[in-house]
Amino acid sequence: MADNVKPRVKVPSSASAGEEIVIKTLISHPMESGQRKDSDGNVIPRSIINRFTCDFNGENVIDVTMEPAISTNPYFEFTAKVPETGEFKFTWYDDDGSVYEDSKTITV
Amino acid sequence: MKFTMTSALAVLIVSAPMAFAGGADDDVLSIDGVEMTSKVAAPPALAETGIDTAISGWHFREDDTQAMQTDSFDNPAMLAVERAADVWNTVEGTEGKSCATCHEGPESMQGVRAVYPKWNETAGEMRTLAMQINACRTENMGAEAYKYDGGDMTAMEALITVQSQGMPVNVATDGPAAEYWEKGKEIYYTRYGQLELSCASCHEQNYGNYIRADHLSQGQINGFPTYRLKNAGLVQTHNRFRGCIRDTRAETFSTGSPEFIALELYVASRGNGLSVEGPSVRQ
Repeated sequence: MADNVKPRVKVPSSASAGEEIVIKTLISHPMESGQRKDSDGNVIPRSIINRFTCDFNGENVIDVTMEPAISTNPYFEFTAKVPETGEFKFTWYDDDGSVYEDSKTITV
Repeated sequence: MKFTMTSALAVLIVSAPMAFAGGADDDVLSIDGVEMTSKVAAPPALAETGIDTAISGWHFREDDTQAMQTDSFDNPAMLAVERAADVWNTVEGTEGKSCATCHEGPESMQGVRAVYPKWNETAGEMRTLAMQINACRTENMGAEAYKYDGGDMTAMEALITVQSQGMPVNVATDGPAAEYWEKGKEIYYTRYGQLELSCASCHEQNYGNYIRADHLSQGQINGFPTYRLKNAGLVQTHNRFRGCIRDTRAETFSTGSPEFIALELYVASRGNGLSVEGPSVRQ
């Protein structure tokens, strides 16, 4: 597992029904592209977050495939309509199989 | 016909630079809803140069860069702040202490950034925040000193700085500090390098103008440590000083040197009254 991986999410704690809210997410991660070499000339193995998803009460909101060109500490900002009180669940999938999760509840 | 076309083009070319002038804008900086003082009547150290307003470097940056600083979630420097917050509670050194052992929470550091560099009576020296952090580590914790401009140090500075966000910079320049302040002032006006540029050449006589494709600010340091997008990392005041002097094609002083400590005090005093906005975001 990559070091210092820590997900962060910002979601408003309440909203009115049907309101479009802004969600911001950030995960600290080195996002090693697999294209760089170390001082001895050996390729540094690729280690990135390759997928990010967000679900609301079990329904998928966004599902992102991520590629090696994405820089360190990937940040996503997107909007979502909130029909009811519920929980946003955020999941990041690492190349090494690790899965990082966070969740936020919102009251309508 | 051809003549009119050419003159019309000439008008366009002449007027274009006006729209992109590099001066300070009139936007208002608020961080997480708290309004900062990013323009203030010049404090004495700046007023004596004939400049009437101290302007934060934030006003000289592009809208996108400015926006990143207005929400601490969007500010990449806050990652370093979080990391330092963990270190704050980590016991290190032979005395079995962490920062929290003596100082409790990082909130206790409120106001500290605003008054540094500060004269330390016991040690009989002018101390920057970095020097004070290292003094704490070596004298009180029995831990190893951080590298002056290393990542750990800069992150810890950022954590301490953020506690003072919004408070006015207020460094003392009288008493024992006066000698350092004078020395700093002398360095500020000394022309260095093959290009023979002093700090004042750019940041006093030409702020608001372009230097190649970049806007010259007043060189205020109320936003340090600063997250620089081009470095994708935090830089300290002394890193910036070193970069500036290097750009004049001179041999520079090193970070943490007596010259830079004096210069930091002098430059800080030119921004007394501006809000501490560090860690800021710059291009």
